[in-house]
Amino acid sequence: MSQLTYVVAYAAIIVFVVAVLKRIVGYITNPIHVRWELYPVAHEPGERASYGGSYLEDVEWWNKPRESSLINELKVMIPEILFLKAVWEYNRPLWYFTFPFHLGLYFAVVFIGLLGIGSIAQLAGIGPDAALISAVHAVTNFVGPAAFILTAAGGLGLLYKRVTDAELNNYSSFEHFFNLILFIVTCAVAIATWLFIDPNFSLARSFVASLIAFKFTAVSEPLFLVQVLLVVLTIAYIPLTHMSHFFMKYFLYHDIRWGDTPNIDTPKTDEQIGVVLNYPVSWSAPHIAGDGKKTWAEVATFNPVAKEEKEK
Amino acid sequence: MSRKALKINDISKDTEKLSSVPNEDLMPLPWDIEEKEWDEFPEDLKERNVCILDDVNILPIPNPKTKEEEDELVNKFLSGMKKLFTKENNWTFLSMLETTMEHCAKCNTCSDACHMYEASGKNEMYRPTYRTEIFRRIYKKHVKKEPLSDLRNGKVDLNWKTVARLGELSYRCNVCRRCAQTCPIGADNALVAREIRKIFSQEMGITVPELHKNGSMLQLEFGSSTKMNSLVVRDNVDFIDEDFSEETGVDIKTPWDVEGADILLIHNAGEVMAWPDNIAAFSMIFNAAGLSWTLSSDLAAYDSINYGVFYDDVQFARTAILHAQAAEKLGVKKIVLGECGHAHKALTVIADRVLPKPLKIPRESCFPILRDIVLSGKIKLDPSRNNFPVTLHDPCNVTRLMGIIKPQRDIMKAICPQFREMHPHGPHNYCCGGGSGFAIMHRNNISEWRNKIAGRKKIEQILNAFSDCRGPETPKYVCAPCSNCKGQIRDMIERYELLEKENMTYSGIVELIVNAMVDVNPGYIKWEEY
Repeated sequence: MSQLTYVVAYAAIIVFVVAVLKRIVGYITNPIHVRWELYPVAHEPGERASYGGSYLEDVEWWNKPRESSLINELKVMIPEILFLKAVWEYNRPLWYFTFPFHLGLYFAVVFIGLLGIGSIAQLAGIGPDAALISAVHAVTNFVGPAAFILTAAGGLGLLYKRVTDAELNNYSSFEHFFNLILFIVTCAVAIATWLFIDPNFSLARSFVASLIAFKFTAVSEPLFLVQVLLVVLTIAYIPLTHMSHFFMKYFLYHDIRWGDTPNIDTPKTDEQIGVVLNYPVSWSAPHIAGDGKKTWAEVATFNPVAKEEKEK
Repeated sequence: MSRKALKINDISKDTEKLSSVPNEDLMPLPWDIEEKEWDEFPEDLKERNVCILDDVNILPIPNPKTKEEEDELVNKFLSGMKKLFTKENNWTFLSMLETTMEHCAKCNTCSDACHMYEASGKNEMYRPTYRTEIFRRIYKKHVKKEPLSDLRNGKVDLNWKTVARLGELSYRCNVCRRCAQTCPIGADNALVAREIRKIFSQEMGITVPELHKNGSMLQLEFGSSTKMNSLVVRDNVDFIDEDFSEETGVDIKTPWDVEGADILLIHNAGEVMAWPDNIAAFSMIFNAAGLSWTLSSDLAAYDSINYGVFYDDVQFARTAILHAQAAEKLGVKKIVLGECGHAHKALTVIADRVLPKPLKIPRESCFPILRDIVLSGKIKLDPSRNNFPVTLHDPCNVTRLMGIIKPQRDIMKAICPQFREMHPHGPHNYCCGGGSGFAIMHRNNISEWRNKIAGRKKIEQILNAFSDCRGPETPKYVCAPCSNCKGQIRDMIERYELLEKENMTYSGIVELIVNAMVDVNPGYIKWEEY
């Protein structure tokens, strides 16, 4: 059983990585899109960011140096990522449940990272009495249970909302319920494992060390193995669903909502425009006159109702 | 079926109407007003077009007469939907559309941001996610072909009624993108409304006549959706020059086709017909400031409208290219857009990645130039001439979609002693209700719908902005620097008799500037004229 768990764990990690890469590569290999920014754009410098202004407020903006403020961007990004500010502002009743859920997941990511550090230290022969590793273990012992409890509690709250709130229920599909139940069950098993089998996560650390070292060390605790299976399957599952927003949000914000880069002195953009204007158009409406062979450049410069000059 | 408990799959049901918004559901306004009931659809309209969504018909979808015609509607829609998800046919918006399809958490955080949802008394049909969720379920099952899609994502029966209702429903959104602004993930439900419109136009050839046949096609044929050709528009502007020279005491000469001028100014040609004082005001200000500028009489170059922005990428590109070609031909240094919001966004922002390199003439808004003129002291201004309450409507395309917020306010603060903001404003403003082309539509119940639902939040904002000076004894001015918004606000002022009851008028920003110019005869703004 434990050997199979290792195999499933490796497979799940591969699925996770491939699925994440597939989504990212799929996005970045899409052709250039038109500008569709939405203000406020966070990286605007100075006071403009505060009132939602843009460089387009300047006369002959193209002759002015383009400025961008990382500080202003972080001022928006950090509260949004850490505290889900948009939900707080626009959907407070949901925030009370979705915030602990997401905070629990953030803790879970930190927890896995700390387990990784502890495992590497273990493999390197650094004992738990070393000051740094001791601190890592102490934080792990706090972050792990916090992650399980917050995610489970937030997940239960979200499940309750999706079942009882008619407005939300109307838009909730089987997948929503399945996802939430998967998280709740995974965290419930993790809590039980922590309480009854692995209170200081030494078993978990050893399992991760074995994974890293490809050792396939046998594990005899069935509940622990169930927990590992649930965790790795959840990790593999996340990027296959809408929950992939946790990393795709980067593109939705930076490339679309805040994608305000003008096409001034940008040869790469000109080149990309040249590519898309040569795509064939096959829209069927008569006024488009796209036959699947004519390009966007041809269709866009074709006037279906052109009058002769003399008729004007 | 309760209108508020509408289910996603109700869109496909064999019912006479999907929903309706009775007067008792409407969001209350700050004063008592008697709302009319919806007029019944005329029989010939019901015979001709599919009228099964609610009490309004905007998109004229021909009624299918046979099973074959019903199937054809569905098949053409699916064919268009498939093309919408190909890079060749939809490189313009594919990234935004795919990410919205894939990553929306269906948390409904965006709902309360929608002015139509609020104004309709939270009718489910107007919830920004309603049409998107229908579209998404069809996409996942029939285009993406996800295994067990009905189970995983939820079910929508795809039949001709689903298609017809979804098409009509795509015209229950102003595409103001206020909903997108609130999305924690960055999904864009307003975009989906526009993408559905594209399927109908670009694949099925079904379009709103005001936008297509009498809109973008007239612009491509005559040069303007007003049907003015270059000779007519020049004649009209000459007449405006003459008329307003006499009235203002200032010699107005609007330059045409000046090669090598610094600025090609492009007006919305609707101004020439409906608000000639706007055209004259620009000419007076630009001349007084000593700018080198011109209008162009080339095809479409004297009309900045680009209705393609509302429904069709190809029509959009065609119009944008004509605008840029005119500028290139004259050899101007830049294009400046007059007071027209969607023209601003179309040519300055969206066309930025459509225009090929030879047509990359810099483009900018008129507001920063006007701000610089006003603050520079180049023209003498007397703010006391504008000593009446003024509020500013922010056109969505200029503010939320371009971030041009402060220049207009700098002008207001300089020349309008009683300027007051609406709340919220700037990038968080509410649409006037005429956005995405509705302002020019007046068929059957459309005007009533614009006033009752689409514009309801805006009229509430306007009334609230003037809450300290209600009544006809105080003249009030709504500054709406956008042709489309002006049309909508004009209609609401008329519908709610606000000129009579509140002595309220509306117009643009240049009219306020000219009204304050000391070299101009007093009284440029006339309350009774609009």
